[in-house]
Amino acid sequence: MGKIRIFSAKKIITMNPNQPETTHVAVREGRILSTGTLEELAIWDDYTLDETFHNKILIPGLVEGHAHVMAGALWRHVYCGYFDRADPDGNMWQGSKTIADVIELLQVAESKLKYPALPLAGWQFDPIYMDNQRVTRSDLDQVSATRPVGVLHASGHILNVNSKALELADLLRPGINHPGIPLDKDGLPTGELYGPDAIGPVSKYVGFDRASMEGDADALRAFGKICVRSGVTTITDLAARITEESVDKMLEVTEHPTFPARIVPLRIFMGASAKDTIDLVLSLKERSTDQLRLGRIKAVADGSIQGFSARMRWPGYFNGAPNGLWYTLPEQLGELYRLALANGVQVHTHTNGDEATEMALDTLAPALNEVPSVDHRFTLQHCQLADAAQFRRMRNMKMCVNLFANHHFYWGDEHYRLTVGPERARRMNACRTALEMGVPMAIHSDAPITPLAPLFTAWCAVNRLTLSGRVQGDGEKISIQDALYAITLGAAYTLHLDGEIGSVEIGKKADFAVLEQDPIDIGGANIKDIEIWGTVQGGRVFQAKKL
Amino acid sequence: MNLAGLGIPVTVLSGYLGAGKTTLVNHLLRNADGQKLAVLVNEFGALPIDKDLIEAADDEVISIAGGCICCSFGSDLSAALSQLSAMNQPIDHILIEASGVARPEAIMWSVGLVSGVLPDGIVILADAETIQKAARDKYMSDTILAQLQAADLLILNKIDLVTEEEVRVTSSWLALQNENAPIIPITYGKVERDIVLGHCVQRIYAKGAHQDAAGPSTLTLLPKHNIDVLELAQTLAKDYPNIARAKGFATNKSGEKILIQVVGSRYSTSIVSKELPDGIVCLGLGETLRKRHFKRLLHLLKI
Repeated sequence: MGKIRIFSAKKIITMNPNQPETTHVAVREGRILSTGTLEELAIWDDYTLDETFHNKILIPGLVEGHAHVMAGALWRHVYCGYFDRADPDGNMWQGSKTIADVIELLQVAESKLKYPALPLAGWQFDPIYMDNQRVTRSDLDQVSATRPVGVLHASGHILNVNSKALELADLLRPGINHPGIPLDKDGLPTGELYGPDAIGPVSKYVGFDRASMEGDADALRAFGKICVRSGVTTITDLAARITEESVDKMLEVTEHPTFPARIVPLRIFMGASAKDTIDLVLSLKERSTDQLRLGRIKAVADGSIQGFSARMRWPGYFNGAPNGLWYTLPEQLGELYRLALANGVQVHTHTNGDEATEMALDTLAPALNEVPSVDHRFTLQHCQLADAAQFRRMRNMKMCVNLFANHHFYWGDEHYRLTVGPERARRMNACRTALEMGVPMAIHSDAPITPLAPLFTAWCAVNRLTLSGRVQGDGEKISIQDALYAITLGAAYTLHLDGEIGSVEIGKKADFAVLEQDPIDIGGANIKDIEIWGTVQGGRVFQAKKL
Repeated sequence: MNLAGLGIPVTVLSGYLGAGKTTLVNHLLRNADGQKLAVLVNEFGALPIDKDLIEAADDEVISIAGGCICCSFGSDLSAALSQLSAMNQPIDHILIEASGVARPEAIMWSVGLVSGVLPDGIVILADAETIQKAARDKYMSDTILAQLQAADLLILNKIDLVTEEEVRVTSSWLALQNENAPIIPITYGKVERDIVLGHCVQRIYAKGAHQDAAGPSTLTLLPKHNIDVLELAQTLAKDYPNIARAKGFATNKSGEKILIQVVGSRYSTSIVSKELPDGIVCLGLGETLRKRHFKRLLHLLKI
């Protein structure tokens, strides 16, 4: 039996209604032995008292139910975002406010590269905030004429490349005929690539190769550091192309004594049949460890709203764009649901548009009639446009939902004027409706699409402010208590992990987020500004400043 | 068939779940007749190739009798196409079996970006018994209609399961969805290989104008002078709905050798550097193609 370590804190918010607040927590073997006063805890056995957190606030370790390891991988490239952002090592990168800023940033990075053939890539570029100015290959040729250069937009749907990158991909030639590749007056591509079909053939030449983007060992380690900085102790890698081999690597990294997060990878349903996918995850599930939780599947029903590839019900897109794309056939999704229910495998389904949500509901209903299941917790991910009736169906089918609360802030204004129009923009990511209809709910960042920061995500759900400062959908705001629940127990519930994590109570993992300010005292308007000291994960202390 | 050094021709085959894509692919492999076909599929899930055709299989490639292969391209089609075009063992034709949610024209745009391969045509398969019902599906309707509209050739499969009257009705309905693509009625996926893959062109070199006893009706046009090649290609594609395919070479007025390809209503012309004899093979549908049907064309060709 290990030693008992008792942490004292200014305040511990437990999320356990039997004892909502306390000051001490005893930890043994990486788990919470008990919470209460020092006197109560001292009765157990000999202990050491750790007062590192005596002036800090402890809350349950935060749970991010929708992120991607790619959030770690991207930092090996140049951050070109509009907003200031900290990298995994804690260096703050200033946001680029103009195209010239971006070019200069890339020029500096270029001058540090040694070998002339090395590619240079930037990411998170967002000209939406720069009057949508276009960037062409002649702009990026100023960065380098000899090495391939590419800049990926924040949306992930546009890539700008220089002449060298086009040349390597054999696209710097006349006669290109592709709607995603505009041509210059000279008949050659401008270097702007729109959509995955146009980006795909070029991205690997600028350094966005598939293997590194999906997360190698270094990316996973960087991902772990980002977790500590944002108070996260359990996180999903939603839609990984997991194989038996990639699991070896993930086990090696996550089992290291200094790796600070519990990773929950979901195998994407793509490129293999439903049966093969179920067989694979069942075999992977047996290799799960405390820090790596395998055995779940993510399916993708449609595309994205801002990319106009989400499937919309009547009356469709506000700007009249044609309806989006299906990524999985209803028949294939139905087969997956039936087999997964029969084998006790959980499926999370990406549905952005409300027609995709409707299709998933219509597909799961008959599968549940065929294979009744008492506690499947099948979860709709994003589910951004669901209406009250759809939430009622989710409740009746005992489904969960994980809403994309960060969207209000980053793209709320675009949704209002362009994609879905005012009324549907106000009901997007309808947190209040979900809770009132009784659907277990989480909220997420989809990092790296938006930054990993559950307290910011909570702020979005509480305030529903857009970037321009408008409140969008006052009726869908939730309380700070509900938001805190969503980023702890709520997200844990969608992963069947609420018995292990998500609250500070006896028997659970000793996972805490260590905060400098009290989220309840600071109030909903300021919750995003709370400083995060670090985390405790499985009883191990990780200070962000000392990573 | 990389005859003119322009790249391996690529055909995209699509159609809704159950239309018979896999049966048709197996039929083509059984009747490849020495042609080396590479079949690209989204996934190996439900094995796409009949067991008796398989010589060897690993995670990435299934080797098929007669030198054909089948590979899955997962999410990187352009990489798979590049690999195929660079293979030591030469491939004559690539057939992409697209999934039921695919946008075939988007796949063809992607094909057009890869060097070493050449877009050929989009072939869409429809189940004579279920296509009209499927096209009314709550969720898949617009996807299915878009696939039919993208077709250069429409293949109406399983016509043995419906009456002749229903074949006529469904054919007219298909023609309403896509007024340009020839409609080819078949059973059990048994479609004439040359119509899908357009390997008719070597007939020029075999015996000149020559009509097989079986198989589609053929007519070989032999221009005797330099001609307006673009006009010829357009005319074959737009004015002759009973021509399913045409392929061959002609010399334009500037004296350049041009490859002409027509698949249904789609046509393309490309300059080739090799010295090849002029001649365009046309494959017809239904009644025999005769020279007298082609007066305007013959006038154009000054034949």
